[in-house]
Amino acid sequence: MESTVLEKELEVKAQPYKVNKMMQNPIEKIESPILNIDKLSVSYGGDKYSINDVSAGIAKNKITAIMGPSGCGKSTLLRAINRMHELYPDTHNKGSVYLGEEDIYKMNPILLRRKIGMVFQRPNPFPTMSIYDNVIAGYLLNGIKLKRKEKDAIVEKSLREVGLWSEVKDALHNKGTFLSGGQQQRLCIARALAYTPEIILLDEPTSALDPIATAKIEDLLVKLKKDFTIVLVTHNMSQAARISDYSMFMYLGELVEYGKTKQMFTMPKDKRTEEYLTGKFG
Amino acid sequence: MNTSTQISKAKINRRLLKDKLFTYAIIFLAFLSSVPLFLILFELIKKGYRQINISFFYKVAPDTMEAMVAVKNNEIIPGGIANGIVGTLIIVGMASLIAIPLGIICGMYLAENSKGKFAGVVRFIVDMLQGVPSIVLGVIGYIWVVKPITGGFSGLAGSVALSIMMLPSIVRSTEETLKMIPDTLKEAALSLGVPYHKTMLRVILPSGISGILTGVILGISRIAGETAPLMLTALGSAAISTDITKPSSAIPLLVWEFYNDPNLVNMIWSASLFLLILILILNLSAKAIAKKWKVQY
Ligand SMILES: Nc1ncnc2c1ncn2[C@@H]1O[C@H](COP(=O)(O)OP(=O)(O)OP(=O)(O)O)[C@@H](O)[C@H]1O
Ligand SMILES: [Mg+2]
Repeated sequence: MESTVLEKELEVKAQPYKVNKMMQNPIEKIESPILNIDKLSVSYGGDKYSINDVSAGIAKNKITAIMGPSGCGKSTLLRAINRMHELYPDTHNKGSVYLGEEDIYKMNPILLRRKIGMVFQRPNPFPTMSIYDNVIAGYLLNGIKLKRKEKDAIVEKSLREVGLWSEVKDALHNKGTFLSGGQQQRLCIARALAYTPEIILLDEPTSALDPIATAKIEDLLVKLKKDFTIVLVTHNMSQAARISDYSMFMYLGELVEYGKTKQMFTMPKDKRTEEYLTGKFG
Repeated sequence: MNTSTQISKAKINRRLLKDKLFTYAIIFLAFLSSVPLFLILFELIKKGYRQINISFFYKVAPDTMEAMVAVKNNEIIPGGIANGIVGTLIIVGMASLIAIPLGIICGMYLAENSKGKFAGVVRFIVDMLQGVPSIVLGVIGYIWVVKPITGGFSGLAGSVALSIMMLPSIVRSTEETLKMIPDTLKEAALSLGVPYHKTMLRVILPSGISGILTGVILGISRIAGETAPLMLTALGSAAISTDITKPSSAIPLLVWEFYNDPNLVNMIWSASLFLLILILILNLSAKAIAKKWKVQY
């Protein structure tokens, strides 16, 4: 029994999906995407590429989930979208990503990140700042002057959007780090929203949270897609099934399958996707 | 079976006793090592308190004749250490102005490039600096500043020598503190489009403020009592001097001068007491800041 699974996997590894061209194309084409990933390969140094030749459009005002086993390149792909991977000095890439008509690798990263915000696995509010200042940190740290009234309005609107307003409205000038983990994560989402991005990237935003806090964030994301485009890396398949509209499945740096979440969870086109979704590996 | 359990019980009791003895021994030794500080304080207070009054803070050190007359009449010596206090403030302040920015930048560089080759060399040099005898730093101050720049002994030369001396403590405390700050914080700022230098200055440094300040204050307390480097640089001055290009007095220099003048010997105690209290306060405030300003992340 054991050996058959292994055999299957070896067989799968041996032949890249392109060989299966006879089947339906497992990469769905998105009509008028807001973001276009075009044959993107990213390396952290040397000629080993952590993601390879990934092409995909990201649908506007939808939630797109990126799934796959650990180390398959989910975070790398996500970070490449707002160039956060450039934090590591030896990175280089092939291909590109287009935001509308613009090549993001030719944009000023500071402007790019204003349009594409990011939320991380561990809540990371600025420890020296109050809740209030954390929300408008994008403006404060970039030296964008706002009037008192504008600030108040942005803070209230953003905190309401993440459902934190009623919980913290009397403690706005306390430090953000005194909140619970789930509250901190919602504060971080508010901080990203407040800076009015078009796209929000989230890298396993609930993996450090308890189920109740997780449910709150999931509800929040579904609500937010009305105004923002959301790309979400998750290890949690049921989370992807619950809230995402489109799903990507990555394996060993390759985009194996990409399509409507419902379709992918009921009728995966690629064998590897099926095995992952049924828990055979990963 | 029975006997074996009994034996082990006895063994356990013996161990417990050993444990207790060991604990008491440690407490006793710890107490013993703090005795010298209290003895010194006691001695200084006993011999020096009479000398500390208001004029101690605003008058300059007395000359020998005045002091001799006072001692003969069994009065307290007139005058104070104002020239030393002003000199120490200026020299230490200037040294801090030089060493704090330099040390913080250097520490930041080391924390950010911890694996680089150049960083390794810098770290090694800073460690070596820590071990350089203070008199050698005095010689450096003499060669670098006294001769070519101020053309004579000067407070500035003293500041340069002392700034080199306080550098290692600032560099290392900055490096250690910044290394403890999680990378996620930097990512948070960069993901908002904040440029790297602003991220470092406005997010990372403030988050490490308590550790850095602690290092700075310990650095200051280390140099405030230094005598040897000042002998070759600031030299000393009988009058209050605020000109950093001229010779200047300092509290530890005054202690040395008092020691060398039989009529002024009584002033040693009060000046030393003042210096010791100053340094104790600096150390205590370093502890308080480390605790109170600790940033939680
Ligand atoms: N800073 C880095 N330097 C070098 N290699 C890296 C770096 N970050 C990631 N990698 C490599 O890139 C590949 C993809 O990593 P990535 O973090 O994108 O995976 P992931 O799918 O997000 O995994 P996980 O689910 O564990 O978060 C891995 O093989 C990893 O070893
Ligand atoms: Mg990851």
